[in-house]
Amino acid sequence: MSAIPITSAAGPRGGVLRRFASQEALLAVAVIGLAVIVGFVNPRFLAYRNLADILLGNAYIAIAAIGMSMVIVSGNIDISVGALIGVLATVSGSLAVAGAPTAVTWLAPLVLGVAVMAAQGVVVAYLRIPAIVVTLGMLSILKGGLISVTGGKWITDLPQSFHLADLNVLGVPMPVVIMVAATVLAALRMRYSPSGRAVYATGGNAEAARLCGVNPQRTVVMVFAIHGLFAGLATLVYATQLRVIQSTTPSGLELTIITASVVGGVSILGGVGTVVGSTLAAILIAEITSALVFINVSPYWTDALRGGLILVTVIADILRRQRRAARGWKK
Amino acid sequence: MSIATDTAARGAPWWLKRHETLLAIILILALIGLGAFNNRFLTVDNLLNQGRLMTEIGLIALPMTFIIITGGIDLSVGATVGLSAVMLGYSWKTFGFPMPLAIVFALFIGGLAGFVNGFVITRIKVPPLIMTIATLALYRGLAEGVSQAHSVRGYPEWFYVLGQGDIFGVPTQLLILIVLIVIAGVALDRTTFGRALYAIGSNETAARFSALNVDRTKLIIYTLSGLASGLAAVVLVSRVTTTRMDMGMGYELDVIAAVVLGGTSIFGGSGTIWGTVIGLVMIQLLKNGLALTGVKGDATIVVIGVALILSVLIASSLQRRRE
Repeated sequence: MSAIPITSAAGPRGGVLRRFASQEALLAVAVIGLAVIVGFVNPRFLAYRNLADILLGNAYIAIAAIGMSMVIVSGNIDISVGALIGVLATVSGSLAVAGAPTAVTWLAPLVLGVAVMAAQGVVVAYLRIPAIVVTLGMLSILKGGLISVTGGKWITDLPQSFHLADLNVLGVPMPVVIMVAATVLAALRMRYSPSGRAVYATGGNAEAARLCGVNPQRTVVMVFAIHGLFAGLATLVYATQLRVIQSTTPSGLELTIITASVVGGVSILGGVGTVVGSTLAAILIAEITSALVFINVSPYWTDALRGGLILVTVIADILRRQRRAARGWKK
Repeated sequence: MSIATDTAARGAPWWLKRHETLLAIILILALIGLGAFNNRFLTVDNLLNQGRLMTEIGLIALPMTFIIITGGIDLSVGATVGLSAVMLGYSWKTFGFPMPLAIVFALFIGGLAGFVNGFVITRIKVPPLIMTIATLALYRGLAEGVSQAHSVRGYPEWFYVLGQGDIFGVPTQLLILIVLIVIAGVALDRTTFGRALYAIGSNETAARFSALNVDRTKLIIYTLSGLASGLAAVVLVSRVTTTRMDMGMGYELDVIAAVVLGGTSIFGGSGTIWGTVIGLVMIQLLKNGLALTGVKGDATIVVIGVALILSVLIASSLQRRRE
């Protein structure tokens, strides 16, 4: 949350960014407001233990949503990330059980994540196959491959040193440290570095970006590679929290990650959005899921709520764009 | 202008036709190969049974061909199958609807789900990919919420005729599929509605300027997609005798793979129903062949995923060479 001031500072595109600054403020208000309301109905919701569980258990979604936001800003989509996280967690856990050095078990998901995503980026950018086809294909390859290789076997007896997520920095749990650090670094990079701006340019208008000296294809490959890095980082936080890794892909995870990005203010049409918003949105979604339990709503409604949330945000985003376009027309 | 783009898309046959001919040849070779490899494969019983198993995917693949020809996509079909199936069971068991009414209700829910997609896509101009990813989450979520993970079974005996019975020795649902294939094929090839789909997919702006009602046409095809998913749900429930909330999960992969493998361009503007039928049969044979050689179901989706990416890669590189 310390990252909010960074995005509310006026950026290169004042008008657009003011709108997203307000989207982030809105999300922050929603996160706090919901906590207060649900806390009023059921005070146990506000117990430190529960709030910590929400944050720790969902930090990995926020981390993965950062990469997803970049992919969507660049005008693409990725639905393979959920399956990828499942595969990376299994690889990392298997290495740990096999006695690999801790550093290797932590680095493997990062390296593999970058490799798989960069490969998809190359197919999307240079062979010009729509990202949805490539990532739908990859989703089934990873999902089917994982189950047929492992047979769905659970990974147990993970060594103590494997659990990175159990560590803390000055009392702050590692998942939160990684989440905040990743958000701040990515936000700064997207805002101030030329390669970050290139992502917006490519998503806004690839042809215009090319004429301005941006290489849209290289940008797309870079975005997918970074997305892979964040997927690896998310895996690290996710897998090292678990005592048992189930070696299956968490079902619907990609939808939760996409929802976090879109609800966080990333325009699904590409070109605009920030990563701070997506982190806040990930926290909000986790909070809603937990709140349902505390106000006695069946958890089976969670997915419908998530679906409704993404639908409403997408429609609102497009209507807002149209209204702005209409205003610009009159001027 | 629309006629010009029409003939451009239709005039493509030099590779389009080849694509289908090639597919048909591969299909026949695969049939012979699988038959030689396993003597249980080329039996009338097995082939008819495979026809039974592929019907649900086939029903949805027909309107999906229309949608992809217009340059759109519908990722929510699997979730719509789940929602319709749950509504079939729920309305019968909880509302106490008589079975025929429950079937109509399930079809209505499917059609409504598709209509909502089409309405938002045409009126609010949300891109089809995004809209149907959102409703994929929403419809599956509704299926989970309404069913509360309870399954429904014990349907009246006559209902199973649809999914398990035969007419003149042919599986009931396969006959339905064949009739619908013919209707879809004629509609795409011989009617102004079908021609409009190619025009929209080749150049939507040109189609609008040619006074084609683009929005209404799109609304119709997305509604048809939902309706077909509803029908697939009814057939599926009748075949497996139970309703579960996870029904139809992952169908979008099989359906899109069948359409794209059948030569319909993922970029819109070209494709045929006949190609889709061949693509559909190939995918089913692939599944059956792999199963007969002892490959598990999970490994099959790996093969389908690879087939999807490869077929788009090959088609687009062929097209680029032509240009």
